[in-house]
Amino acid sequence: MSPARKSSARAKSRIAGPAVAAVHLPSDSELHRIAEKVLLFSEADGTEVDISATVDALTRFANNTIHQNVAEQSLSVSVCAVFDGRVARSTTNRTDDESLRRVVATAARLAKSQPKNPDLLPMLRKQKYTKVARYFASTAGASPDERARAVVKVALLSANRRQTAAGIFTTGATASLLANSSGLVAAHRQTRAEFSVTILESNSSGWAKSNSPDVSNVDPAILAERASRTAAATRDPREAAPGPWTVILQPAAVLDLVGFLFYDFAGTAILDKRSCFNDRLGKKVLGENITLSDNVYHPLQSGPPYDGEGVPRQKVLLVERGVPRNLVYSRATAKKMKTKPTGHGFSLPNEYGEAPFNLVFEGGKTSVDEMVASTDRGILVTRLWYIREVDPYEKVLTGMTRDGTFLVEGGRVVGGIRNFRFNQSVLEMLSNVEALGPAVRAAGEESFEMVVPAMKISGFRFSEVTKF
Amino acid sequence: MLDLAISAIETAKLRGASYADARVMDVRLRDLSTKNGQVGTLAESESLGIGIRVLVRGSWGFAATDRLTREGVQACAAEAVAIAKASSLAKIADVHMVPEQAFVDTWQNPYVKDPFRIPLERQLELLLAADRAMSRIKGVTIAETSMTFRRIEQVFASTLGSKILQIKMQSGAGIVATSFQGTEIQKRSYPNSFGGQHQLAGYELVESFDLVGNAPRVAEEAVALHSAPQSPEGVKTIILESSQLGLQIHESVGHPIELDRVLGMEANFAGLSFLTLEKLRTLKYASEIVNVVADARLEHGPGLGTFGYDDEGVPAQCTDIIKAGLFTGYLSNRETAPAIGLSRSGGTMRTESWNRLPIIRMTNISLLPGTWKYDDLIADTDDAILMETNRSWSIDDRRYHFQFSTEVGWEIKGGKKTRMLKNPSYSGITTEFWNSCDAICSREHWTLWGTPNCGKGQPMQTMGTGHGASPARFRNIKLGAAFAKS
Repeated sequence: MSPARKSSARAKSRIAGPAVAAVHLPSDSELHRIAEKVLLFSEADGTEVDISATVDALTRFANNTIHQNVAEQSLSVSVCAVFDGRVARSTTNRTDDESLRRVVATAARLAKSQPKNPDLLPMLRKQKYTKVARYFASTAGASPDERARAVVKVALLSANRRQTAAGIFTTGATASLLANSSGLVAAHRQTRAEFSVTILESNSSGWAKSNSPDVSNVDPAILAERASRTAAATRDPREAAPGPWTVILQPAAVLDLVGFLFYDFAGTAILDKRSCFNDRLGKKVLGENITLSDNVYHPLQSGPPYDGEGVPRQKVLLVERGVPRNLVYSRATAKKMKTKPTGHGFSLPNEYGEAPFNLVFEGGKTSVDEMVASTDRGILVTRLWYIREVDPYEKVLTGMTRDGTFLVEGGRVVGGIRNFRFNQSVLEMLSNVEALGPAVRAAGEESFEMVVPAMKISGFRFSEVTKF
Repeated sequence: MLDLAISAIETAKLRGASYADARVMDVRLRDLSTKNGQVGTLAESESLGIGIRVLVRGSWGFAATDRLTREGVQACAAEAVAIAKASSLAKIADVHMVPEQAFVDTWQNPYVKDPFRIPLERQLELLLAADRAMSRIKGVTIAETSMTFRRIEQVFASTLGSKILQIKMQSGAGIVATSFQGTEIQKRSYPNSFGGQHQLAGYELVESFDLVGNAPRVAEEAVALHSAPQSPEGVKTIILESSQLGLQIHESVGHPIELDRVLGMEANFAGLSFLTLEKLRTLKYASEIVNVVADARLEHGPGLGTFGYDDEGVPAQCTDIIKAGLFTGYLSNRETAPAIGLSRSGGTMRTESWNRLPIIRMTNISLLPGTWKYDDLIADTDDAILMETNRSWSIDDRRYHFQFSTEVGWEIKGGKKTRMLKNPSYSGITTEFWNSCDAICSREHWTLWGTPNCGKGQPMQTMGTGHGASPARFRNIKLGAAFAKS
């Protein structure tokens, strides 16, 4: 037995109980076998097969007890067929030969039923990819007992303080393989762990959340402690008047706002004139202290190093010191806009083109405590909720504060306040950033994870206040 | 499919489950879309699998798999039992459910034309014709169209002895014209925004929309919005047309009445509810003309919340939610029903697909028709804004404070619909809003709208819900906060 195999056997022997991603996730060779069959069965001019296997488990708790506890394993085979400039997709989760032949035939039938697509390019040939290491055996091996024991500790902490805890602890893994009839093969395997907790008191609440490919980076006890303290510190909230305020947004709140910008950086959004950067590229529309990239290779980022067509993802500088400089492009969009693809395209066929999903803000050096200390009168925001776009060009968003909204007076946090509704332009907000914290991997509920700093912002527009 | 479901629950029983149920679901989808004269999405998918829910040692476990061999299903059932045992590590009290009968039945929603048997060429031709009709209007920068069809065949079996086959056919379509000018993006959608109108129906629903006939009007209105005056700020009377009112019902009645949310089970994600238990049969939720029901029965209409049985085997029911303005009912399941003194579930457990646990979801949450003819309502209104087609929506995590904006507004002056207004928005507090309702239009103006994209749960589940509504008038509503400059 080789040392590697010994190590693997030891890892498996540590696995307690079922619902473990390490056991259920198919091997690369299993995925390759399915892909080879699909390509063999297809008579299309070009065929692409995208296989994705998922093993996920989620332990959900509320009222200091586990009330839902789930696990799933699934595998989908998605086939894209091209006939004479026409493209379509069909997907199945059945992997017997008959089903694979049927999904291939369906993709062909769909493709042949439509007019030619003048923008369709030949399928991509074999590519080279930068390796990313985002699969962790400890995450893949996490069992329901381990998650339950972590929840028990959080529930005890909460109950001992006469508080109520609710949240989730999820672990899982995905394995994917993209291959086409022109020789392209791309594979990615990744794990995911996430813990999110809300701690409630009779008239206040606190929240904390973290996720990572590596479960050892997610500490439920620390997150619960943070949420518990927030709930206690915002007890008996007073009401403050709406209007323009200086706000200090924790990274999760920043994330959920700036996440609404992502599609505005798509070349297709500019072509369609639905990007807020339409007629604004190269102009200073954000503050000097705002620099933003898309970078899947950043150590705090996740995801595969290739896009929906298998193009290697590139790092793209999107905003440089307040000036939107570059966009991202799929292959077809790049051809239309006379530039090169950046590796951000969606799977074909689609009408949206591309988007950056690995946003990384350049951070600063000011801690949240320092932001508070420098604020005479302001509001510290833990989290935002139900954000929706009001004005797509000025990028006005509306939403609510939630689970920890603090009044800051005389350079210190003085207590909780009732939650506000905001109607705020993100472009204006990113022009009024007075201080930035270090950029961290943040997780919210309205946007995908990204690397963002806490921000101190002047003139943030709260329009109304709610009853709690 | 039934054999697999029975094998699953028998395995669970053998391994110690005091209760088990299983859903084998076969979900087929067809999605078509166009943009600016070209086909965008053209895709079909199928997904078949089983989800097994078990109660062991008084705690829940759930596991799902698409490995549908007898061995795969039995392993999945065993996994659900092991997960339930892990849940019991954090147990405070045993789960108890109200009794339910065993049903052996088959149910299917009626439809005329199977959308999966309509040639793709014909469906694409219709979308491309509507696309062209919008693109021809000068000033339109994006013309978009879409159709979605879903067929769900599901078998439910439980240790109570239920064996239920249900087949649901769902259809939907919509068109959108977008116009960019200067510093403004405006759009108009038909028959509704965010994907159009959806019902439990066949292709005949799509044909009834006359997408091509409506396309020029939709496109012209999108362009005309640029030169329309800004909708005012202030406090005013509003009339909501029925699709916007459908979403208002969804957000400010449908979600707060979910009993799992009220009991704290959704606190980490969807949030809580202002409708705490002592408000049942005591809170004046709305004015006396307001009557709202949660009705999953076919006789209510072909809504996205219509079914024969919910996903824990309880027959479809109609529950009074608001009766003559009084708050009278929640959405419940077999586990939560006792919390409000019920001896039977309200039958609202629903799952997105085989790989998701059923949770309490809206069925068809509908405002019952009033007495007003639409023309009479307009004629009776001296000074108001008529708001059509949702553009944005947001509500706090207890479903109290909301803000909506619509694609277009129309000024009502002296009993007449006069000029177009752009960027209308309104906001308020749920109970204050519903208590300000003073007129609801009659059955002939009532539409059962479909919301195909309601998100809830962890992991997130997307569910279709139905909302019947006819245009209604509301007094003293705050307008314009979304677009206010100060």
